[in-house]
Amino acid sequence: MSKLDSKIPEGAIDQKWSKYRSTVHLVNPANKRSLEVLVVGSGLAGASAASSLAEMGYKVKVFCFQDSPRRAHSIAAQGGINAAKNYQNDGDSTYRLFYDTIKGGDYRAREANVHRLAEVSSNIIDQCVAQGVPLAREYGGLLSNRSFGGTQVQRTFYAAGQTGQQLLLGAYSALQRQVGMGAVELCARHEMLDVVTIDGVTRGIIARNLITGEMEKHFGHAVLLCTGGYGNVFYLSTNAMGSNVTAAWKAHKKGAFFGNPCYTQIHPTCIPVSGDHQSKLTLMSESLRNDGRIWVPKKKDDNRKPTDIPEEERDYYLERRYPAFGNLVPRDVASRGAKERCDAGYGVGNSKMAVYLDFAFNTARYGRTEATKRNIQNPSQEEIMRLGKEVVKEKYGNLFDMYQQITGENPYEVPMRIYPAVHYTMGGLWVDYNLMTTVKGLYALGEANFSDHGANRLGASALMQGLADGYFVIPYTLGVYLSEEVSRMSAEKDKADSIDKLKTKHPAFDAALKEQTDLINKFLNIKGTKSVESFHKRLGLIMWNKCGMARNKQGLTEAIAEIQALRKEFWSDVRVLGSADEFNPDLEKAGRVADFIELGELMCKDALHREESCGGHFREEHQTEDGEAKRDDVNFAYVAAWEYKGESNWELNKEELKYENIKIAQRSYK
Amino acid sequence: MSQGFLKSSIGKKFVMGLTGLFLITFLVVHCFINCLIFFNDGGLTFNIGADFMAHNWLIRAGELVLFFGLIVHIIQALLLTLENKKARPVGYAKIDGAANSSWYSRSMGLLGTLLLIFLIIHLVHFWVKSRFTGLPGEDANGNENLYAVMQETFKMAWVVVLYALSMISLSYHLLHGFQSAFQTLGLNHKVYTPIIKKVGIAFSILIPFIFALMPILMFLGVIK
Amino acid sequence: MGSGHGTELNLTLKVWRQKNTKATGSFETHQLTGISTDMSFLEMFDVLNEKLISEGKEAIAFDHDCREGICGMCSMYINGRPHGPKQGVTTCQLHMRSFKNGDTIVVEPWRSAAFPVIKDLAVDRGAFDRIIASGGYISVNTGNAQDANNILIPKTDADESFGAAACIGCGACVAACKNGSAMLFVSAKVSQLALLPQGQVERKERVKKMVEAMDAEGFGNCTNTGACEAECPKGISLENIARMNRELMGATFK
Repeated sequence: MSKLDSKIPEGAIDQKWSKYRSTVHLVNPANKRSLEVLVVGSGLAGASAASSLAEMGYKVKVFCFQDSPRRAHSIAAQGGINAAKNYQNDGDSTYRLFYDTIKGGDYRAREANVHRLAEVSSNIIDQCVAQGVPLAREYGGLLSNRSFGGTQVQRTFYAAGQTGQQLLLGAYSALQRQVGMGAVELCARHEMLDVVTIDGVTRGIIARNLITGEMEKHFGHAVLLCTGGYGNVFYLSTNAMGSNVTAAWKAHKKGAFFGNPCYTQIHPTCIPVSGDHQSKLTLMSESLRNDGRIWVPKKKDDNRKPTDIPEEERDYYLERRYPAFGNLVPRDVASRGAKERCDAGYGVGNSKMAVYLDFAFNTARYGRTEATKRNIQNPSQEEIMRLGKEVVKEKYGNLFDMYQQITGENPYEVPMRIYPAVHYTMGGLWVDYNLMTTVKGLYALGEANFSDHGANRLGASALMQGLADGYFVIPYTLGVYLSEEVSRMSAEKDKADSIDKLKTKHPAFDAALKEQTDLINKFLNIKGTKSVESFHKRLGLIMWNKCGMARNKQGLTEAIAEIQALRKEFWSDVRVLGSADEFNPDLEKAGRVADFIELGELMCKDALHREESCGGHFREEHQTEDGEAKRDDVNFAYVAAWEYKGESNWELNKEELKYENIKIAQRSYK
Repeated sequence: MSQGFLKSSIGKKFVMGLTGLFLITFLVVHCFINCLIFFNDGGLTFNIGADFMAHNWLIRAGELVLFFGLIVHIIQALLLTLENKKARPVGYAKIDGAANSSWYSRSMGLLGTLLLIFLIIHLVHFWVKSRFTGLPGEDANGNENLYAVMQETFKMAWVVVLYALSMISLSYHLLHGFQSAFQTLGLNHKVYTPIIKKVGIAFSILIPFIFALMPILMFLGVIK
Repeated sequence: MGSGHGTELNLTLKVWRQKNTKATGSFETHQLTGISTDMSFLEMFDVLNEKLISEGKEAIAFDHDCREGICGMCSMYINGRPHGPKQGVTTCQLHMRSFKNGDTIVVEPWRSAAFPVIKDLAVDRGAFDRIIASGGYISVNTGNAQDANNILIPKTDADESFGAAACIGCGACVAACKNGSAMLFVSAKVSQLALLPQGQVERKERVKKMVEAMDAEGFGNCTNTGACEAECPKGISLENIARMNRELMGATFK
């Protein structure tokens, strides 16, 4: 008997959610007032969950490590958000979005969750527009859509290149409204350090006030981890500097299983590394692939300027290999394509680890259309390009500016140089259909959970999932558990030492607090010679080289040994200065890096055990003759949920993935 | 509720803008009357205007409103400046103000203070004499001879220099104040704002220039 | 590496150090050598901090997160200007190619009574959150929304609203203003919502509450110098301030 019960409701796929939603237990309004919910993280998932739950009447506390909930890294999402609205009348439907997401995830996601996601996707757009999110409009006043990778319909809603920002500010406004009404208590500059469980049930968290260093105990009937992904385990990623795995990892060590940790998404269009000083990587939105064509020279080590290389000497390798989807193949496919070309010696730029993303062709096309619109007869090439640039500027201006700012090159004149970079982690805490982890009362939402994207996430689906979980899933599924809590509370009403009376005075809180305080003192007392940053860099290098875009048995085995050695060195030689009772960013980072090191080992272990290639996980031993990923559905059509058993020791639990509505097939974008 | 508005930072600025615009309209009237000296007829035309201004009850009532507006403008400015000082208790060690704004927009308080000093001297020179201590008789038309006071006053070189310099202060004060008042009153428009700005620049240069011209030309004896 | 025109700089850095909110701070001078022009300003600080740690000195605390110019967390007043010498960029997007070899760079925190210094260059901008909590939203509970395309919004209105909504809440406007006024920040939110049909119901109450909250936080008064607009990394326009003035008048006198 598996330890995992995914609690997927019975019934036809398109009935499951609506039926479940209308039959689950509810919590009456009077009881809601006495139920406390702690939300950790204030991104799309956290802010939307916190505001929705507060609106329903629960007492909510929100924690974020940044100075304001508005800074959460959802804000950096550029391209857009998917929804099966079919506003473009191009054949979209809930089923198609469901299908595309399952296929895009390389058949490693849970059908029921993904279908629910597709079902609520439309509501998200409605909700956001009602909040005043200024999504892009057509001249007739209707919403505008654009295309994204891995799909053949236009279902992506957007706000220039700042969709994540606008959606997050919408959710943040809703959250601040509840803060202003006193329904949500906001704890900014707080970092969750541990989950407190009593008899295996979640009862609260330990958090550190990052300004004063004070260690705090917070009681909650349920804890929602909306803490994002763990891409920073690679040191260099498109994540924010502060993005970390600590909350999820501490939960993991308290009994929450970690699902598919090795599934990481390497985004194909990022600005290449420019030197050893590099602290993070910057994404250039996938939407650019709508109008940018990716190529490398046909000749190896071609050092000519890109504009000097004639058309017939360019290799538009994605268009060549995948004629049906061309430059709009899913991210994993596009990333591996770039890596393959660069490894084969066709890379460009000084580092030779980049490919071109070229807008000249479509700039000219837009220019000609624009000339026609403006009734300009026989426009000159210059005029065409000038008109075209205006169109491109309106669509992607902020991205082009950002590129120029970082590289010092003008992408209107020369093609962008891009290279894949770590962007998103599909893996995360294992959750059931209710989004509850394997620890009772502990939930994971958004990127922090593993559930909806399988082995590869399609573009514009992360925003959709974060908001779906927060606005439209957790408000219903949380009640399933909290209604049980209400029964327990009333049963224990007369018990003098009930948890509801003791709350944070329960000895379990003191024990957890002491454990975390000791850990902080331990960091400060090592007084070694190497900075926290240097350990993070070294971990990142191991992960990128051996658990990155391409993985093999030997490399992963080596990586595990190297990471274990790194961990020992960290705990004996790290140097953390300053004190525990002050604002101390270095101390914060020490805790995060310590957790990343442990996670890194688990990721390698997961990657090693998964003897197949699927989505973002590419094992060199498992590829077709023409270099495509080769899945093994007979042996690996399951979620790997790892249970923590102590230092460097995990037990594998499997959740079989059943495909009852979609025929599992070789994924082809040719 | 409107009381709450006046207490808000926007309301206070609104008062500054409104009184400012009111003072601007006064400048126009003042300038118009004074321009009568350019007839160069020994002040006969000018004295007609001055006499009218001094004895029309509506104008006298307006004068009270004018003083009220001026005092409100000054007091409000003082209060706002004090509040603004409190908003930044620790200052910057290095400020590159020129990179983001004009020096005169950042120096309205200083320019205003200079204008206040000028104003007191100016009032002593003319207004006090005209209203209280009396003017030196009548001109050929039987009007009070304010013109004679001008002639007397602008014989002194230091006065002429002071007036000319003060008009430069006025010019810069107006350069910011004119268009700023419109912005404060909420009038910012893609089409009209550039026009307002141009009119503002023209006004800010023209009016102080005309004012400055008077003492200079009288001192040089061009106007007799 | 990379774009290839990277050269190296030697710099003198004068950085504000302050132990905590109550302490009085002072400047500390550091010499840096071999700074690549391809580095971002914050990467230069990373280098400095690594150097300090290796010497056994505490690293300089500064706020930063996304490092791609959108989260609004970074906040340095560099050589007399918020976010440094380049227009339209945040500190994290400022690159060292904007400086010359031998330059002295003075770095201070945002200075405002409403933004107390937490430590060194990090300040507390909770005032902005409280202003938004006072009314910077449309009151619509989850699940109450009608179909998104039922609300038609002219493209120009949507674009203008988006222009205001692009504000990242970094506080450069306050830092730049000689009066420490927060008008640009507040007016951006007021404008975004006033321009949309969804925002009409609460339009009057919203502006009143938000201005009241702004004043209560101890920001200074706007004198229309325009420094905020000039220094805003997202190009938020002064038109928004005029609009807010109008909105408040409309809300008061109608």
